Amino acid sequence: MNPVIGFFSGRVRVEEKLLLEAYAKRGVEVQRFTERNMTLRLDRLADDPRWSGAGAIRVFHDRGLAFGTAGPLLEALEASGVTCVNRAEVVATSGDKFRTSLALARAGVPQPETYWCTSAEDALRILDETLGYPAVLKPQVGSWGRLVARLDTRAAAEAVLESREVLGSFHHRTHYLQRMIAKPGRDLRVFVVGNEPIAAIYRTSDHWLTNTALGATTSACSVEGEVGELALRAAQAVGGGILAVDLVEDPERGLLVLEVNHSGEFRNSIEPTGVNIPGRMVDFVLQTAGEIGPARDATLRSSTSLPPIEATP
Amino acid sequence: MSNQPQCPECSQVLSLSDDTVEGEVIACPGCEAELEVIDTDPFELAVAPEMAEDWGE
Repeated sequence: MNPVIGFFSGRVRVEEKLLLEAYAKRGVEVQRFTERNMTLRLDRLADDPRWSGAGAIRVFHDRGLAFGTAGPLLEALEASGVTCVNRAEVVATSGDKFRTSLALARAGVPQPETYWCTSAEDALRILDETLGYPAVLKPQVGSWGRLVARLDTRAAAEAVLESREVLGSFHHRTHYLQRMIAKPGRDLRVFVVGNEPIAAIYRTSDHWLTNTALGATTSACSVEGEVGELALRAAQAVGGGILAVDLVEDPERGLLVLEVNHSGEFRNSIEPTGVNIPGRMVDFVLQTAGEIGPARDATLRSSTSLPPIEATP
Repeated sequence: MSNQPQCPECSQVLSLSDDTVEGEVIACPGCEAELEVIDTDPFELAVAPEMAEDWGE
């Protein structure tokens, strides 16, 4: 019998269509869930027929778009004994730049010089005395280069910090600052699946931000040597799984890890690399499903350190 | 299955291909609104939600 895979997504992008096609090609049944309508009964999680009983979901493939929705959902599923790819802890870490920096530091993985502070006054002091100008201010949660600010002067820094503190939500009252890296007009994205870096691209742009969402072009990069090794270390630092690791070439320090993405976009990476990225991702999820056996009960290993919630007698 | 739903913004009749999936976003050729496919049997469309601050990869 085919393993029953739950597939969670928000807006279905090219990536999600390719993943669903890869499941279909393998003859695998996928039950889809969307961010638009997700309801959980928290005090009776293990009784939910979607993941208890015959034909229930055993492995959940997360491709959620909204960090604030996917995180709690994955935690609830793991509490019910469902294995999630990626794991809740991995999503919580990689979706949050503060937590990612801590995880990388803990693992001794090189990253840009990074500061976090709780006031605009402290941010300006760090900029004036340590990082200098230009420097980079990033939102703690966010993607696609949105709200990432290059602070070229003190006046620009004062304006951006004041705007954040006055107009932003509470998330913007702390400040995540990084040294500006004099990168050679490009950065690298490495796709890691399990214990293997499977493909890598250069993202090149005239703009200082090299997100493909902002128009950067892509070309193939070898995953051999330091590129693959560093990406794998970064992926393992946040807990491992299916991850897209962004690296930058610092002229002085060499390769540094910028961020780790838990739901990485790969539509522009298949053609230059020639790697079937969605196929490799789906195979990893299916291997994970195979590891946990054909039936689910409350004794199956949960991917969290907490015991699963028992079904109500 | 009807493959000719109406745009909820401008009522233009749209022709969607059979491989359209739930959650996919399409642009209405009449008013350029971004529309999300809510259901495929039969097709049901809604104006797609605006990008939220926590959206991303």
